[in-house]
Amino acid sequence: MVDELLTVSTLIGILHSCVRLATPYLFAALGETFGQRSGVLNLGVDGIMLMGAFFAFYVVFEGHSLWVGVLAAIVIGVLMGLLKAFVSVTMQSLQGISGIGLYLFGLGLSSLLFKTLIGSVEGVSGFRQLPIPLLSEIPGIGHILFNHNALVYLAYLMVPVSWFVINRTTLGLKIRAVGHNPEAADTLGVSVSGVRYTTLMIGGALAAVGGASLSIGLQNVFQENMTNGLGFIAVALVYFGSWRTVGVLGGALLFSLVNALQLWVQALDIPVPSEIAVMMPYIMTIVVLAFTARQIQKPAALARSYERGE
Amino acid sequence: MATGLRGIEDSIVYGIARPTGGHRAVNFRLNAPFVQMYGIVKRFPGVVACDHVDFDVRRGELHALLGENGAGKSTLMRILYGLYQAEEGRILRDGAEVEIHSPTDAIRQGIGMIHQHFMLVDTLTVTENVALGLKSSREPLLDLDRVEVGIRELSEAYGLQIDPRAPVWTLSVGERQRVEIMKALYRGANMLILDEPTAVLTPQEVEELFVTLGYMKENGYSLVLISHKLQEILAISDRITVLREGRLVGTVPTEEMSREELARMMVGRDVLLERSRDDEIDVGEVRLRLDDVRARDVTGQPALQGVSLSVQAGEILGVAGISGNGQRELAEVIAGLRPMSGGSVELDGTPITDWTTARRTELGLAYIPEERMHDGVVRDFAVSENLVLQEHTSEPFSNGIFLAFDYIAQFSRQLIQDFYIRTPDIRTMTRNLSGGNIQRLILARELSRRPKVLVAAQPTRGIDIGAIEYIYQQLLEQRDTGMATLLISEDLDELLALCDRIAVIYEGMIMDILDRNETTAEELGLLMAGVGLQKQ
Repeated sequence: MVDELLTVSTLIGILHSCVRLATPYLFAALGETFGQRSGVLNLGVDGIMLMGAFFAFYVVFEGHSLWVGVLAAIVIGVLMGLLKAFVSVTMQSLQGISGIGLYLFGLGLSSLLFKTLIGSVEGVSGFRQLPIPLLSEIPGIGHILFNHNALVYLAYLMVPVSWFVINRTTLGLKIRAVGHNPEAADTLGVSVSGVRYTTLMIGGALAAVGGASLSIGLQNVFQENMTNGLGFIAVALVYFGSWRTVGVLGGALLFSLVNALQLWVQALDIPVPSEIAVMMPYIMTIVVLAFTARQIQKPAALARSYERGE
Repeated sequence: MATGLRGIEDSIVYGIARPTGGHRAVNFRLNAPFVQMYGIVKRFPGVVACDHVDFDVRRGELHALLGENGAGKSTLMRILYGLYQAEEGRILRDGAEVEIHSPTDAIRQGIGMIHQHFMLVDTLTVTENVALGLKSSREPLLDLDRVEVGIRELSEAYGLQIDPRAPVWTLSVGERQRVEIMKALYRGANMLILDEPTAVLTPQEVEELFVTLGYMKENGYSLVLISHKLQEILAISDRITVLREGRLVGTVPTEEMSREELARMMVGRDVLLERSRDDEIDVGEVRLRLDDVRARDVTGQPALQGVSLSVQAGEILGVAGISGNGQRELAEVIAGLRPMSGGSVELDGTPITDWTTARRTELGLAYIPEERMHDGVVRDFAVSENLVLQEHTSEPFSNGIFLAFDYIAQFSRQLIQDFYIRTPDIRTMTRNLSGGNIQRLILARELSRRPKVLVAAQPTRGIDIGAIEYIYQQLLEQRDTGMATLLISEDLDELLALCDRIAVIYEGMIMDILDRNETTAEELGLLMAGVGLQKQ
């Protein structure tokens, strides 16, 4: 039985799933990285993902194209980000609590809209496999890396793009400064609120696209609470990755690998209780976070609202 | 970028023949007024921080702004830098009225400010800190290479030694200050406001800073130095403006002033800060002894690496050192607030290494903590409650269960009177008192117990000169009655004025312990910088 897991074709299958399943984690965790690097902890990621997943699905379900669906997710994600920014930047409420509020809001609203507008579980035809010519022909590697749908590629493209924005642009410098010492940024004429609004909108858009990648990319259905707390794992991944995009990528791959294993363990009918298998990623989250106490890179002003003092 | 390179462009236009290849602030007429402020009024709830204040700075002038805490000097400069808005008054730059609503506006007017608490992002490099908030020449991309070139040129011109690529967290306090000055210069500032710039520097770093300020002055920069160090102001400023309680006392040319006159302008009466240098003291037995004390800081790094010292009855032992060299840990270890990882402490001959703070207090230890608002008092307690914070469980403050309110009230009134604590009532919330009065409160509480040993950490930092004078008097009086005092301070003038012996701490080690009468600020400064290790 365990031998079945170790055949070459199974291994390729597992790795292919791993690359594919990392997609929503990547979008959401990269988005969260922007917010946290600017000093805002957004625990509402999961709620934003659900909203993104629903709107993308609904738009496609109503007959519009897939990319219009993604656009709908981006719009709703930006709006959710704005809401979070208004509550925790302008109104300066406690970031953790307001994030949980945002999560519950997204969870409830997406369920309500789903019940009123769709009603039953329906499917759509989501993004199709888009094998990259030549590269996807490489034995093994080709299937694992280059035989996915457009959203998967986009998620991986966002890793260097996010890195570049954070480390090589003036906006990125402002984000890093505001996350570490908002007072210093303020005295140089950098708008702390402006930067935090921006990162929360970017984060919202990415989280919502992460949600859309589930409903119109990987699973092609919408169900209530279909993220299953994935957004919270994404928040944990940011800590795991020490607030660096490469770290986030590593974390996302690690978790999706465990996820993929779990799926294949079930698919191959290996006699491990399915509950245990399903628990694996979550146990992993706890174990990994317990052992990653490195906080050197942590933005010093994380979860601290800023008010111009004396 | 345009503003950033202004200095550099000017040096090309006006062709300055400085061997270092200097840059001028702008083409200037020496002594022409650069910034003028008229009738500035700013109110905060309950106080008028600035009450129709006039102030002006000329080109090529170093203008000192002097006053006690709360006199309004920082408020006035924050208004000029756009951090506060004045309610009344006008600001002129080069004779034309300007509106300054934000630091961005101030920077645009050529006004830069070096804050007392540095406004730097530790995790970024020097270049990134300088580039922050500036338009890049390649928006939206950064152009750090270009910024770095500009930094190198400016650092050569003004003797500001810094490595543009170093992350700020690796820099010393003096270097960080240079980064702050660099930030302002790079933004094309013609004027720098320096808020207590020497408070955190070693004497050598102060020298370097003054050399830089000298270059800047020669090149037409206007400099405002906010300070309360009279000697320093007399040594380097051209004119002095004194504020008291939000009002302008006067603006005077420095060469016409003496220390005594300035102190009188500042406080409104004669002040005595010197102590007679010839008083011989009678020291008694050892009251506090530390032997090879080791401890870690909050991050787990070794902070004290084998500190041994002893303080005798009737003696003040100073601990000099640059902030962050183990002073905080030293005070906390003696007070019993931080576990030791090695060594022993003796109080009055009794080993107290493992004792709780309460037991140490009972045996006669008094402690004035560095963070007076945080560790010294409970801010939301009434004055009387803070005055009996330690003794409230014992007679006559309570009978073991109930507090004796009448006695506590009577006791508090007595202390308020004896220690000149300015408070409306014994039930006033402590948070509403000024820094100087909170320190008097702590001093009253600690000294009223007639302690055998006092550990005072930065007891005069950030408080007004009147309260400082009073604290000095009290420390000296208690010394004469046989108290042993360990005085931890970053202010060398203070240590030289009060202490009998001075220990210098560097990286958690005592470099040397010197007799007050046989040492100088320069010698202490070198030891504080870690020079002199070879001596041992």
